[in-house]
Amino acid sequence: MLESYIKERLKTKDILLMTHIVIGYPSFETSHEIVKQMVEAGVDLMELQIPFSEPMADGPVILKANQKAIEKGSTVKKCFEFAQRVSKEFSIPFLFMSYANILYKYGMEQFSDKMAQINLKGAIVPDLPPEEGKNYIRAMKKNELSPIYIFSPETSDERLAYLSSFASGFVYCLARKGVTGKETAFSIEISDYFSRCRKATNLPLAVGFGVKEKADVDYLKGKADIAVIGSQTIRIVEEKGVAATGDFIRSIL
Amino acid sequence: MKNRGYYGNHGGAFLPEILVATFDELESEFEKIKNDPFFWKEYEALMSSYSCRPTPLTFAGNLTRKFGGAKIYIKREDLNHTGAHKANNVMGQGMLVKRMGKKRVIAETGAGQHGVATATMAAKFGFDCTIYMGEVDVHRQRPNVFWMEQLGATVVPVRDGTRILKDAINEAFRDWVTNMDTTHYVLGTACGPHPFPEMVSYFQSIIGKEARQQILNVEGKLPKRVYACVGGGSNALGLFSGFFDDPVELVGVEAGGKGLNSGKHASRLCSKDASTGIAQGYKTYFLQDDDGQMKETHSISAGLDYVGVSPILSHMQDQGKARFESATDTEVVAALKLTMQTEGIIPALESSHAFAQAFKEAPSLLKEDVIIINQSGRGDKDIFTIADAVDDPKWKEFIIGKAEEYNA
Repeated sequence: MLESYIKERLKTKDILLMTHIVIGYPSFETSHEIVKQMVEAGVDLMELQIPFSEPMADGPVILKANQKAIEKGSTVKKCFEFAQRVSKEFSIPFLFMSYANILYKYGMEQFSDKMAQINLKGAIVPDLPPEEGKNYIRAMKKNELSPIYIFSPETSDERLAYLSSFASGFVYCLARKGVTGKETAFSIEISDYFSRCRKATNLPLAVGFGVKEKADVDYLKGKADIAVIGSQTIRIVEEKGVAATGDFIRSIL
Repeated sequence: MKNRGYYGNHGGAFLPEILVATFDELESEFEKIKNDPFFWKEYEALMSSYSCRPTPLTFAGNLTRKFGGAKIYIKREDLNHTGAHKANNVMGQGMLVKRMGKKRVIAETGAGQHGVATATMAAKFGFDCTIYMGEVDVHRQRPNVFWMEQLGATVVPVRDGTRILKDAINEAFRDWVTNMDTTHYVLGTACGPHPFPEMVSYFQSIIGKEARQQILNVEGKLPKRVYACVGGGSNALGLFSGFFDDPVELVGVEAGGKGLNSGKHASRLCSKDASTGIAQGYKTYFLQDDDGQMKETHSISAGLDYVGVSPILSHMQDQGKARFESATDTEVVAALKLTMQTEGIIPALESSHAFAQAFKEAPSLLKEDVIIINQSGRGDKDIFTIADAVDDPKWKEFIIGKAEEYNA
């Protein structure tokens, strides 16, 4: 189970690290090499994004990665093959991240069955709130997989509690408004928000959106359980090449 | 959100969590105005003094004689301020923005009509305004870009994806998830998450209300059929809603582009290329592949060049409550030329789709039958596209001369 893995791991670490890739960007082989370097550098869990043509919640960096991956032939079938390969090869938990349409077209139940079959642990689907995701939640539950829900600074206490009632594994807290890959000022205000999140759930808290350097990760120690790095690793690969991935991860831990 | 906005299997509100609170507020404000009898009166007063409502219903005598069948009437949404039905929705949402106390509006635009209408509303009500427009559309609708900027709006060309309307919508959402405290997204059509499909149709229903009364006044009976082009579907729903309870056939006309078998079209309701999917916050028929990736669309008219369609129309298609057809780019240009030359009326390329379909059907109707075509907008915005389509040598000469002047 994802939750117990995280809690076990937290006994020996101040904070865990979750990273993100867009499957097939810039190529499947490079994606594999990035995963390998990240795992070897000590990443605790990873989001594998199945690209979608309309990634509404993603900012320019991940948006472009989605488009390029699709252009280069990153089909859902190939994404499943890739996920199966890395989950066999590496022992950390892998999650899917994608948009509702990818799951809907595949079939919510079939998608979830397939995830269980290839040993994925959960999924983050930002445009599928619980109200619209009844079939998804049912299928994930059946397969003992974690639907990861998202808290935002705009979410009321009442709704935090509502979301918690469907959450499993951990909860993903957006550090701020906006899309992925922009600056975040980690401040006092954020601490208040984190304590509201803590009150709403006993699950571990992951914090993402704007986490990109050691200072951010250090700030989150003691406040969050998992720091999520998304756009920044894509930028590193784009600017410095795949070989720089492992060193980047080691530099922020 | 109390109501998820479902129309059969379509609709819903597939919202990223960050926008949930914003939509709750929007839904509750919309409920308030719907239940406030003074709001609609205030809205009508604004539309009659600032825009040109009620817009006329014009009898097209020459076209009627030419086709020798049904009597053809044209609902003149082109005579709205800014030249299209878009003003109906924009002014209504503007009144809502004032009530919500927000100071900035953003919008997507395809043909540019919705962008111009939004920029106008923002200027009148004193809002800051940013318009997102696909780069392809910026090129094909340059005059509208010019006017939006003159009206004080910032126009942002969208260079992601297919660089047309759907990409402009994504970009507007990205702005909104960052700035929702100060900003309202004036969605231009009856698509997107609930309450947009219902809200946009509500404001556009002024078209159908007027048209029904007007045709009863002049003809003393209801039309046999009414025709409207379908991009997102707001002008069609506006006209159709006036006749929901009547024995009137509702005909929606989609962009057939280079033909339904060419793969280059934007027909979601009458081609085999669409299937139900979820994108841009709602569930409807989308032109997509088996994985759920959205396909490229094509139409001569930027305003119909869209991958999804109103969930309300998708439901009407499922229920057989409306008939959907398509007209090709070539048919559309021919219908436009004919309308200009026989009636002295210049419909937009979007609206010309409705004309093209009505012209196919009019001859086979009886002389005592009456039909209404919705002229959703005026065509002078399309001067560059139409000039190319009719291959006018004098226009080319003028443009070349103008370019030389700028180069000198």
